[in-house]
Amino acid sequence: MKLPTLITPELQRRHSALARIITVVGGLAIIASAYLPWAFGPGALDNMTYLGGPSTVQLLGAALGVPVALGASMAWIEPWLDSRDGLAKRIAAVSKRIAWLRGAKAAATGALVFIAVVVLAIALELGGLVNVEWGGWIALLAALAAFAGTRLMVPGRAPRLHEVKPTGWLEILGIAAMLGIGLLGFAYALNQNDGGTFVAVVVCLTALVIVAMRSGIGGWLSLAGQRNRNVLVFSAFAVAFLFPFTQNGSDANMSIATQVLVFSATAVGLNFVVGLAGLLDLGYIAFLGAGAFTAATMSMSVYATIGWKPPFIVIMLIAGTVSALLGLLIGTPTLRVSGDYLAIVTLAFGEIFRISMSNLDGTDGPDLVHGASGIPGIPNLDFFGFNFGQVHTLFGIPLGRFSNYFFLMLLIMAFIVLVFSRLNYSRIGRGWIAIREDEKAAEAMGVNTFGLKLLAFASGAFLAGFAGAVKAHVDSSATPEQYIFLESAFLLAAVVLGGMGTVMGVIVGATLLKLMPEKLRFLADYRMLLFGLLMVLMMRFRPEGMVPNTRRQLEFHEEDAELAQEVDDELPYEFVEERAR
Amino acid sequence: MTAVQPPIDAGQSTAVHTVGKQVMLAARAVTMRFGGLVAVDSVDLTVHAGEIMGLIGPNGAGKTTFFNCLTGMYKPTGGQVEFLGRVLPPKPREVVKAGMARTFQNIRLFPNMTALENVMVGRYCRTSAGALTSILRGPKFRREEEETRTRAVELLEYVGMKGQGSHLARNLPYGDQRRLEIARALATDPKLLLLDEPTAGMNPQETRQAEELIFKIRDSGLAIVVIEHDMRFIFNLCDRVLCLVRGRVLIEGTATEVQSDPRVIEAYIGSPESEEEAGNA
Repeated sequence: MKLPTLITPELQRRHSALARIITVVGGLAIIASAYLPWAFGPGALDNMTYLGGPSTVQLLGAALGVPVALGASMAWIEPWLDSRDGLAKRIAAVSKRIAWLRGAKAAATGALVFIAVVVLAIALELGGLVNVEWGGWIALLAALAAFAGTRLMVPGRAPRLHEVKPTGWLEILGIAAMLGIGLLGFAYALNQNDGGTFVAVVVCLTALVIVAMRSGIGGWLSLAGQRNRNVLVFSAFAVAFLFPFTQNGSDANMSIATQVLVFSATAVGLNFVVGLAGLLDLGYIAFLGAGAFTAATMSMSVYATIGWKPPFIVIMLIAGTVSALLGLLIGTPTLRVSGDYLAIVTLAFGEIFRISMSNLDGTDGPDLVHGASGIPGIPNLDFFGFNFGQVHTLFGIPLGRFSNYFFLMLLIMAFIVLVFSRLNYSRIGRGWIAIREDEKAAEAMGVNTFGLKLLAFASGAFLAGFAGAVKAHVDSSATPEQYIFLESAFLLAAVVLGGMGTVMGVIVGATLLKLMPEKLRFLADYRMLLFGLLMVLMMRFRPEGMVPNTRRQLEFHEEDAELAQEVDDELPYEFVEERAR
Repeated sequence: MTAVQPPIDAGQSTAVHTVGKQVMLAARAVTMRFGGLVAVDSVDLTVHAGEIMGLIGPNGAGKTTFFNCLTGMYKPTGGQVEFLGRVLPPKPREVVKAGMARTFQNIRLFPNMTALENVMVGRYCRTSAGALTSILRGPKFRREEEETRTRAVELLEYVGMKGQGSHLARNLPYGDQRRLEIARALATDPKLLLLDEPTAGMNPQETRQAEELIFKIRDSGLAIVVIEHDMRFIFNLCDRVLCLVRGRVLIEGTATEVQSDPRVIEAYIGSPESEEEAGNA
């Protein structure tokens, strides 16, 4: 679909100077409007009724106004900086590589969407648009002006920041800043119990990411991340490790965070099957369930059926093995069929698992898991006297039950990520790619296609079993109803939405999918509708997911010669290069 | 061994030519049926060490199907394939392990892998680092990985693609894609190379380069079976030629013998009589 072009290059040339002034004024007005009252009642979002006292959401709006004003005025500032000596000149040299105008354009769009969302949220939460005070309208007008202004300007240069020579400390600083903002944003979003505020925060963060990408700063950051991969991974884990310390002993958020972590660990396990081997598995939740039930039966709960409790690490290994065996059992006969057939078989397997568990209740089968009521009352883990159910104080900060499980899951996550990336960059990983690309050719070149597919299936199942063993203890119960098809669908959605074949993407996808239902309770009835819409939009516009694996991106865009050339010129780390490492 | 009809004309001349050489591949009465259609009808083929064997025939003669039978891509409905004295099971992986590698008529590279990675995949069957070694990054893994990479770089240079390793296969020019496929096949350490129309779609200069490459591979001690339509190419290259028509062996012999055989010409362009008939009708 092509929209008629209202704004011609000719029009842009003629009005560029005026448009620049409009944009700068609009951007400044967006910043200023943070200090105006937006709503008549304090009940809407965070309290934004004060004149001169901006609330956090209003400040987020101002944060979007800054790149608008700065980006547009850079055309005046840059020559001035360039004419000076010393530091100013050096700043100008860097500035010339940043696509300021493109950033401003994205920021203006983001600000418009953000302010519109906030105004709508005010109207929804207070009952009508009359509750929006004049400050809100001014902000909206300012954003509209900035939006129009950026559209009228001559499109700016393309970013060339990624061509800058690598500078170690600056890159690490950039990574640290990025992760810091990520942590703050996540912690802040998690603390919002107001649906409108949560949406506003998500919109603002998304807009900031897009601004960074468009201006070239994002490209530089992602390149820096690739060059310092180990630093990035370690600091990401460090940041996650620090997260419970920001919660002041509150377990409410930690409960969600732990659930998110369990969910993402499972999703990364599924990514072995879907992202690496390219197989469609619609019953993956069964492996998580198998792990959970295995751990539950050996947990020494009053309802546990096996009166043997080895150390937890052994339980995890047993749970993983049980899941892997189930994976082999289902995989051996079915991995010979391909594509859609496999999806149907795995879908059925997920249901068979759930129904079997419901029937292991003593009447229809052996009383192993007490049927539909499952195994409740699973006691907390206890590592050498460290009880997971108790509050422990570290550095004066109390860490509750969920924090303890969070740390444990973080360890497991680190293990899963390690296995994932090491398998991916090995002979086996190459075999998986070859199978995805052309299974017949891979076979003709001597790749053990069946064995590799089975390996992906079994190792994914094993890791899900691992996560399941912890999940049983986190939930302190295991019932068949926790492991329904919908959960499999959500897991698959997390992988597809986030990005097949990447760890980062899947974690982002899983986090979004777990956080949204928690925070958007007012949308509960439309949750599935919105979810479906989101999936359709993703498939249409970005089938490779939010944080794609470059190779998967190439696979999804077979016709896109430009993209292939781009990847070729600047080979990402996923690819093996000719020069020796 | 099943009773074999001797192929027409595969008599004295070839026996003189190949005397004293080790038999590498012996396909006996290979038959492939698809329902009522007999695509390959009890075809025999013997390939000796250090020999280039040509496989010709008009379109639809069953050449590629025969290749697929040899390499285990198809399970032949009859006959057997013996390689170095061992009967091969119809499994591509076993065939490659035994030392037979192939290329495809329509190029089947892994398009989104780099040239180097494509060749490295070819090393898969000659390496054995398992999941555990790969996760632990043990010494065996590192050694194998290093060997794989070194060998792949060597092979790229061997086929004349030095320094091209970090390009995506799908971005390579057509001629290079053909050469890359050969390099990938060579990475499996074959003793016999099966090339399915290696010069299809190439210009004369690229064809000449391909010819030189095939000679170079032969001189390094490999036997080669090659399907081709380009007759000049076949007669420059091949020690012996087998002509298939409608799934059956029409003639086997030296290039000159096959070239001058009227039945081959007839199979390709039709007989003078039928032409006349067509003209009279």
